Amino acid sequence: MSLWFSIVLVAIGVSLLLALARAALGPTAFDRVLAVNSIGTLAVLAICVYGFFDGRPEFLDIALLYALINFIGTISVLKYFRAGTLGDHVPSEKHRDAP
Amino acid sequence: MMIDNIIMVAAIISLCVGALGVLFGALGLLRLGDVYQRMHGAGIIDTGGAGLILFGLLLASPDWTVSVRLVLIGLLLGLTSPTATHAIARAAHFAGVKPLLKTSSGAQTDKEADV
Repeated sequence: MSLWFSIVLVAIGVSLLLALARAALGPTAFDRVLAVNSIGTLAVLAICVYGFFDGRPEFLDIALLYALINFIGTISVLKYFRAGTLGDHVPSEKHRDAP
Repeated sequence: MMIDNIIMVAAIISLCVGALGVLFGALGLLRLGDVYQRMHGAGIIDTGGAGLILFGLLLASPDWTVSVRLVLIGLLLGLTSPTATHAIARAAHFAGVKPLLKTSSGAQTDKEADV
């Protein structure tokens, strides 16, 4: 069974490299955000499978936390793109984009 | 004993198909044409790959607490990744990124991208 887990881990690693290539190449910023979001999902899967591979399924708690942080990170980066701020203070008028 | 073997084989098949889904989704993420097409590859990673790999781990889980955590991770990914993809698509649309409108032969279609 450990052999199959290692095969899945290798597949996830190759996919991580492909998504990393897209994050490096991406023409627009949204390509990079999409690739980083996929890298986060693949990292969650890799943590889960590694927990089973190592015989320590307690790693699943870390994966749960990583999934939450991944979602919040993506949404906050997109909000930063759109508003120019994370909501701490109102930006001055010359920096604010037209809606 | 027989049932255990059947469940293990099902878990292995599910894990392998999920690994293939993850690989093809990442390939699509790398190879497709623009942001909106690459979201298709990201969607394959988030639904097909993650769903099948988590289902395979669920079949191979030794304890019920592990199963509960796997179901929670699956529910969380199923709720958050479509939301994040939708937010990226909406932000790209409002930032003025035009979708590619090409047929498979490469010829430009008549309709312009005035979405």
